[in-house]
Amino acid sequence: MPAIKVFVPRETAAISMGANEVALEIERRAEESGESIQLIRNGSWGASWLEPMVEVEVGDARIAYGNVTREDVAGLFESGFLKGGDHPRRLGPTQEIAYLANQDRWSFSRCGVIDPVSVEDYQKHSGFTALEKALAGGAESVLDAVLTSGLRGRGGAAFPTGIKWRTVAETGADQKYIACNGDEGDSGTFSDRILMESDPMSLFEGMAIAGYAVGATKGYIYLRSEYPLTYQVLVEALDHVRSAGWLGEDIQGSGFNFDIEVHLGAGAYICGEETAMLESLEGKRGMIRFKPPLPAHEGLFGKPTVVNNAVTLASVPDIINRGGESYAEYGVDRSKGTLAFQLAGNIKRGGLVEKAFGVTLRELVEDWGGGTASGRPVRAVQVGGPLGAYLAADQLDIPMDYEAFTAIGAIVGHGGIVVFDDTVDMAAQARFAMEFCAIESCGKCTPCRIGSVRGVETIDRIVGGIDREGNQSLLMELCDTLEGASLCAMGSMTPLPVRSAIKHFAEDFGADRGEEQINE
Amino acid sequence: MNAIPYNRDIASELIASFDTRPELLVQILHSFQDRFGWIPEPAIRQLAEELNLSRADVHGVVSFYHDFRATPPGRHVVRICQAEACQAMGSRELSEHAESSLGLKMHESTEELTLEPVYCLGNCACSPAVMVDGDTFGRVSNKRFDHIVNTMKGSD
Repeated sequence: MPAIKVFVPRETAAISMGANEVALEIERRAEESGESIQLIRNGSWGASWLEPMVEVEVGDARIAYGNVTREDVAGLFESGFLKGGDHPRRLGPTQEIAYLANQDRWSFSRCGVIDPVSVEDYQKHSGFTALEKALAGGAESVLDAVLTSGLRGRGGAAFPTGIKWRTVAETGADQKYIACNGDEGDSGTFSDRILMESDPMSLFEGMAIAGYAVGATKGYIYLRSEYPLTYQVLVEALDHVRSAGWLGEDIQGSGFNFDIEVHLGAGAYICGEETAMLESLEGKRGMIRFKPPLPAHEGLFGKPTVVNNAVTLASVPDIINRGGESYAEYGVDRSKGTLAFQLAGNIKRGGLVEKAFGVTLRELVEDWGGGTASGRPVRAVQVGGPLGAYLAADQLDIPMDYEAFTAIGAIVGHGGIVVFDDTVDMAAQARFAMEFCAIESCGKCTPCRIGSVRGVETIDRIVGGIDREGNQSLLMELCDTLEGASLCAMGSMTPLPVRSAIKHFAEDFGADRGEEQINE
Repeated sequence: MNAIPYNRDIASELIASFDTRPELLVQILHSFQDRFGWIPEPAIRQLAEELNLSRADVHGVVSFYHDFRATPPGRHVVRICQAEACQAMGSRELSEHAESSLGLKMHESTEELTLEPVYCLGNCACSPAVMVDGDTFGRVSNKRFDHIVNTMKGSD
């Protein structure tokens, strides 16, 4: 009898909840009971609230067991879980879990399914077919497909990927680079991490396709140091892909050379800004650069460089496989395709939900998320990371769409959704936005470096009741200065959470203590 | 952590393992810190010499990044996430609990341990998150925190 396949995720969220201990215990019990199992450390399906989610292959299906602890393992064996047996932890077939079944899996279609470091497994799930197709079809057809797909940068800025690639392709140089931004610093975001831990080869393939399309032979993945497991997975997977001849010199006899290096960041949030990331990749302080020149013209080491987020690049292989048009069929208006939304903070069912643009924030927070973890009412939702606006509970019907968010002074960003219940102190959140800017500013622009410190002090005075009116107008002026006189998003967007907190939650700033409510 | 005292020869080997490429300074500093636990002044001098950079360049990079330490850490490093998703799940209260139970403020060290803030571990669906010696833990209540710390101390 062939060994029974048991899947235990090797992914940060699952491991943070005890997946490694569960895996060891399953192996030990199997050996003890003489059961022949093949333990596969897959990535995560993204239903983080169910982690560690253990699966057993039974016939054609995979039967899932959620929130498994080491203490549960003995009982699982007694219940015959290796044959899909019943148990309080049993969730049923993975594909039928509503949280997953109702998603539009595109960029994350292989996450959780495959062994992330197995080339064979990746190829069984159409891995490297897009690169083959690209090499056969020529660079022009790749550039056309990416442009047609309407894919926009998933890191937050949402710049059209096809236009960026064409700019680099049309810029003459002896050397060009592909730089993958894996410096996922926004709180409430983890889609890059899940992708890189669960399906790293799709990222490598996307980078190689980008390299072929624009004429680059070298790629860098800039990974934040807070993701040590991701680093291990990337390095292992890279090694296997190189050995299989899908990276390196003369890839599969095509004459095309492309290789990738993984570089670690060092705990600086600002290095998620593309030009600061390039400085850091050059071994320097992560100080942002003036633009122009754009990185597409003068990027890494002064050479034309495609800088894309990890999810953006990993979306490309399936766009090549299925055609740009089929990707563009998802989504709304100018927000084409899907985004991996990340449900985080005070939420019952936190995790990754890949869905076509147009889904409402309420559907994500309530239908997928199940409301708050505390069971208390939702009071505020911050979308798009620490530089994103706070939305009030009555704004949840907004569709997730870049333009719809811009219209209300908010951002979709990298798709992070952080939920707060009614115990949140929004003045403390606004203060934190300024404090975070002070801690993480690279220091190049004065409004960001010093204005953020003054912002913290001013909010303290407002909350402390010291000349509340005067300090509120001072804070608004300070926000104007940050917005108008900072080179990058750190300084220019820190006012978003601050302003939105004051606008929607004025009572937390002492407005109910007899002062006039302020307006933007 | 099994840090060893700073050693010039080992430092040279580390630099050579990166082909003495100055653009890999951030990566080399990580390797130094993995081995020595921190970046002492002689390391800055040696890096400048061997990579043909100025000491100011190297010092500037070391001081820019939160990861690089100018003072030796404790044997264990406990990092508590302070960012929004964890705040929504009580990281401020958890940090207070950690400070009082460990008798340390954030950024302080004893020989045994260092307590630090961190801004996002990417474990935001299982907040609040804590990292101990490179291992991430999710849904850390005060009680679970005490358990993690006791396990860590028991590993010495």
